[in-house]
Amino acid sequence: MVGALYGAVESGLIYAIMALGVYISFRILDFPDLTVDGSFVTGGAVSSVMIVNGTNPFIATLAGAFAGLLAGVLTGLLHTKGNINPLLAGILMMIALYSVNLRLMGQPNIPMLNETTLFTTLSSWWQSMNLDGLLLIPFEWFGIADYAPRTFYVIVSMIVIVYLVKKLLDFFLRTEAGITLRATGDNQSMVRSFSTNTNLYIVAGMGLSNALVGLSGALVVQFNGFADVNLGVGMIIIGLASVIIGEVLFGKDKIVRMTLAVILGSIVYRAIYSLALRVEFLEASDMKLITALIVASALVIPNWLDKTNAKRQFKKSKKAALKQKGAVQHASAK
Amino acid sequence: MLQLNNIHKTFYPNTPDERRALNDVSQCLNPGDFVTIIGSNGAGKSTLLNMLAGTLYPDEGDVWIDGKNVTAMPEEKRAKFIGRVFQNPLMGTAPGMTIEENMMISLGRTKRRSIISGVTKKTRDRFREHLSTLEIGLEDRLNSKVGLLSGGERQALSLLMATFTEPKILLLDEHTAALDPSKESLIINLTKDLVEKHKLTTVMVTHQMEQAIELGNRLWMMDEGNVIFEADENKKKDLTVPDLLNEFEKVRGRRMANDRALLAK
Repeated sequence: MVGALYGAVESGLIYAIMALGVYISFRILDFPDLTVDGSFVTGGAVSSVMIVNGTNPFIATLAGAFAGLLAGVLTGLLHTKGNINPLLAGILMMIALYSVNLRLMGQPNIPMLNETTLFTTLSSWWQSMNLDGLLLIPFEWFGIADYAPRTFYVIVSMIVIVYLVKKLLDFFLRTEAGITLRATGDNQSMVRSFSTNTNLYIVAGMGLSNALVGLSGALVVQFNGFADVNLGVGMIIIGLASVIIGEVLFGKDKIVRMTLAVILGSIVYRAIYSLALRVEFLEASDMKLITALIVASALVIPNWLDKTNAKRQFKKSKKAALKQKGAVQHASAK
Repeated sequence: MLQLNNIHKTFYPNTPDERRALNDVSQCLNPGDFVTIIGSNGAGKSTLLNMLAGTLYPDEGDVWIDGKNVTAMPEEKRAKFIGRVFQNPLMGTAPGMTIEENMMISLGRTKRRSIISGVTKKTRDRFREHLSTLEIGLEDRLNSKVGLLSGGERQALSLLMATFTEPKILLLDEHTAALDPSKESLIINLTKDLVEKHKLTTVMVTHQMEQAIELGNRLWMMDEGNVIFEADENKKKDLTVPDLLNEFEKVRGRRMANDRALLAK
């Protein structure tokens, strides 16, 4: 049980980078981008092929991000230069990338069990520094050493990586170019009237978004120890779930706060996922349905709560008004 | 500063819906001129403005701004030296962003947008200084979302954003039409002040004859795709609303068919 939660935090952090990518396209650019299902695998495919061929895992990971960037740029171009509706542009890229990914991989599944991946490298660094012993001390103090994870290296290294990505993103989104990117999603015609090539910003934003998705895909295949061509199915919904859960639970207006909310949303989503897997009558194959239910309810429930609150408020004020009227009538009758 | 040579524009040519929006318009503005354009619906005022802004291209003729032929220049390039305020107060600002960030976008008109630096203290002080000239307290709300401002405040901000970088041409497209009367006079006064302060060459489209007479040093009356009457500085001084209506009747041989222009006080 507790072990499953550590797993949820680990994968939540890895998938958080993908969720940040979805946040850029879906929330900042207002572009519902289905490319994600394809570019996630593209990132994984490129890095796994390179790793199997003996490339340095750091370079392979960055190459995965770059492959995602290219996919995003193409989607952006389809939309801006080709005048294709955003949803359709994303679907086209997603379908096209499925074939591209198979070509890249050469087979539907690439195992990397005995390869040097980013995580095996990090793990050996970690062992050599013997930090696990240090981090176990507080657990021993409280006498809950049994509940400690076997090793901390995935969580610690992912916190560092996600923190860096978040910091960079926060920084960029507050630069002049970042402000313009956000405004492009907010009021495109206004931004154009201030001498901005908004198409350029959309293409660049889509590139950035899918670069993060590709990076996340590259990390996931290395974490899992294999790449699979079907890894990306439903990825966009997982990203949306993280963004929406994050917004509902932790969201605030400020950019710094929003990116943090998306990361936490991704972790919460993974926690819900792993808890749902423990329910006896549910099977792993039900997860897509459960994800869809999570997203739907995260979208519907806040609206619904707002409405009932407003109704209650209305009834309250009506009652108060009636009471007052009654009091006045009473007084005049006297 | 601004020159229009024999501009023609026809919408939906060779179809039953064919409509001649502009028919051989040739006009010229000197630096610092402020022209107001009036005319009934469909007279071609907005088409003319869009032609200047680059959202529409003429079928024939050319547009010169500051000695440069900009006829084929796309909107976003032309916007480097053209400031615009739209009729709809929601169009000129980004609602989900703060006042400061909106100002930053308008500042980006003049230079390349940096991917290294954001809003610095120096630019923030500059924004504050400009915002304080509006006298509606926006300078203390730099970090408020623009979506929380009222229509009048948003339009005042749009106007400031369009002018403070001193564009060569300022285009105002019925920018008070969607506001209530008190906000309208606020915006009109701001328009006067800002145009004077930055000595902007301005083209303003309006439905209100009184506004057209009150503001600016020149006036064009448009009908059926052409300028049918114009008043220069001297002529405009003594111009009244009945004068304008008479002029229209004289030229066209019919009454001006525009309730909004007639009823507007």
